[in-house]
Amino acid sequence: MKTFPIGGVHPPENKLTAGCVIQQLPVPQSVAIPILQHIGTPATVIVNKGDTVKTGQVIAASKGIVSTNIHSSVSGKVNKIDTIIDTTGYKQTAVFIDVQGDEWVDTIDRSDEILTDIKLSSEEIIKRCLESGIVGLGGATFPSHVKLTVPSGKKCDVLIINGAECEPYLTSDHRIMLERGEQFLIGVTILMKALKVTRSMIGIESNKTDAIEHLTNLATAFQGITVHPLKVKYPQGAEKQLIKALINREVPSGRLPLDVNTVVHNVGTAFAVYEAVQKNKPLFERVVTITGKSLSKPGNYFVRIGTPVSKLIEAAGGLPEDTGKIVSGGPMMGKSLNNTEVPIVKGTSGIILFPESESERMQSESCIRCAKCISACALNLEPYLLMTLSEKGLFERAEKERITDCMECGSCSYICPAQRPLLDYIRLGKSTVIKMARERVVKK
Amino acid sequence: MSNLLNVSLSPHTHGKETTRKLMFGVVIALLPALFTSIYYFGIGAIIVTATSIISCVLFEYLIQRFIFKKPISITDGSALVTGLLLAFNVPSNIPVFIIVIGSFISIAVAKMTFGGLGNNPFNPALVGRVFMLISFPRQMTTWPIPAGLSTKYIDAVTGATPLAIIKEGLKNGESISQLMTQIPTPVQMFLGKMGGSLGEVAAIALLIGFVYLLVKKIITWHIPVSVIGSMAIFTTILWLINPEKNADPMFHILAGGVLLGAIFMATDYVTSPMNPKAMIIYGCGIGILTVIIRVWGAYPEGVSFAILLMNAFVPLMNAYIKPKRFGEEVKNG
Repeated sequence: MKTFPIGGVHPPENKLTAGCVIQQLPVPQSVAIPILQHIGTPATVIVNKGDTVKTGQVIAASKGIVSTNIHSSVSGKVNKIDTIIDTTGYKQTAVFIDVQGDEWVDTIDRSDEILTDIKLSSEEIIKRCLESGIVGLGGATFPSHVKLTVPSGKKCDVLIINGAECEPYLTSDHRIMLERGEQFLIGVTILMKALKVTRSMIGIESNKTDAIEHLTNLATAFQGITVHPLKVKYPQGAEKQLIKALINREVPSGRLPLDVNTVVHNVGTAFAVYEAVQKNKPLFERVVTITGKSLSKPGNYFVRIGTPVSKLIEAAGGLPEDTGKIVSGGPMMGKSLNNTEVPIVKGTSGIILFPESESERMQSESCIRCAKCISACALNLEPYLLMTLSEKGLFERAEKERITDCMECGSCSYICPAQRPLLDYIRLGKSTVIKMARERVVKK
Repeated sequence: MSNLLNVSLSPHTHGKETTRKLMFGVVIALLPALFTSIYYFGIGAIIVTATSIISCVLFEYLIQRFIFKKPISITDGSALVTGLLLAFNVPSNIPVFIIVIGSFISIAVAKMTFGGLGNNPFNPALVGRVFMLISFPRQMTTWPIPAGLSTKYIDAVTGATPLAIIKEGLKNGESISQLMTQIPTPVQMFLGKMGGSLGEVAAIALLIGFVYLLVKKIITWHIPVSVIGSMAIFTTILWLINPEKNADPMFHILAGGVLLGAIFMATDYVTSPMNPKAMIIYGCGIGILTVIIRVWGAYPEGVSFAILLMNAFVPLMNAYIKPKRFGEEVKNG
């Protein structure tokens, strides 16, 4: 079975919700929709206080090249345009809407019929992705239309679909592959058409045998799509690691997958693309895993963007007494939330509730130079050294040791027997080095 | 819920590994060798090992308590490992006061002066051993002969080690084939029926420990295999050139402290290199230096010196021998 060759760790999988059918979370009474839910420039708000909006209507328009539209996820009245603390922990602008009924924009096809025929051309698909606000739903939220536009001089010969879902706990992609397999594969075909490639490879970790089997059967009806089981290892779902595992190409440091003639999209994204292109449904809801060892009813839900996390927790049986930490995303790379009114955004793949016993870090001890961080690093960096250099402020040396290559997967901090906060210091060093590099460019 | 939520940076989960677990893993791996040496050397092995462990842990405690004035960390098991390894590197009939001095040098001089665990450049147990060897050469080179659960300690029956027999014999102009009649057979050596330091004699017990360390992923294969491999190659070449002047590679590997050194001393986390490429160079350095000392040096055995010499190169290796980064030189296929 394929996997990436260097580094990696095996955190306990804890996929508690792997068998939970995706349910629809009821529309809440009010939502707060942030205007920056993607990497790039925030969208520009185009509604005013008091305006009536429909579900699926654009409320903030894409601004600049790397940006995308934001849609209302509910119908109702704009209550205010104000700031809210989002999943990153920072305050940012959001549109607050009070819900009245659930009236969708007329152009959306709400039937259950599966449409296989792709009528749009390559350019039209890319335009539709922008209009529909599609971003990478794996967590990075990079606007998809940018990724689908192959710049002149570059070529793409294979599309890779990331079904690894290597983060523990999360099961949203797993459930989509099982329950919306056909739509997902049509979505993959649409992406192939947009990129003008004839070949697509879906990589799925072998802990999802049912999904692998199901999709392998379905894929026989689709031209050029193959399913590949992968050995379970974190961070398999990292773009560069997945490319290495599936087609044995190594993306050079500081470059993009297109430099090795490939593009990677996530399972959730492919499904969203299907809905946008075939059903004309913009991205205003997504599958979110709500899970935790103490939750009474963990599960997978279709959640409208802007729904407060508290509503999702309610649906899952209420906040357990022993909750010590709430994480948006996976346990390895997710962000911890400081309150439960944070809105679900496009990048929220899961909400994990950790009991108090698992939510505090252990005391860090001296480094015993065991080199486990080096063998865990999927990029073959030396985390112990990067930490020391950042701690001592030796940023020039940290740059030479390629601190900016770090993708912050957390394997080093996870494995460290002395519980050292390796990644915290590496982040500090990395951001300083990036700032230094920018200043150098400005001076020139 | 009235209390506040914890907010921290990712990762929000941590592996089960701790420093203490790793250290106690090493202790478990050393147990087969400890049991065989108690079997071979009896009461002496018990006295020496107990003294060494107690004094190492005690010195660490005293220094942390009265000089560092920092939280006591003797429960991390590192002083225990040092004590155990120090005992393994001395004869089982050595007087108690010498072990206490050796423990003091190991812990106080070789470890704590540099700031304690993780900061010492040289292997503490080996610094202690070499100090004892130079200061008390007579006591450190009279080796009890395995006697089977002997109750004799200082007065144990002694004899020369196989390496000493070869060294002396060659000096007196005897040939290897004549000397081979005086030393144990490879099978006896494999089982540990020969004179030597407390923990180094039984190859079989040390190899069981090696397998345990590998299975538990406490160490990687790189250092032990490169030490033994480079020694095997080097001694094979010498042996092929002149089998009457040079012992065969099997003898070199089984005699003396090669296995103990390669598996347990050279792989000490703190004093060995951090990446596989450097580990192999370091291991080969130890193997080659050991053979040079054994064949051309004044001492019959050279593993301790070889490891300490290579320890000195570790910072340099960590700085200049780098793992090949992902995406550094790209070969696409």
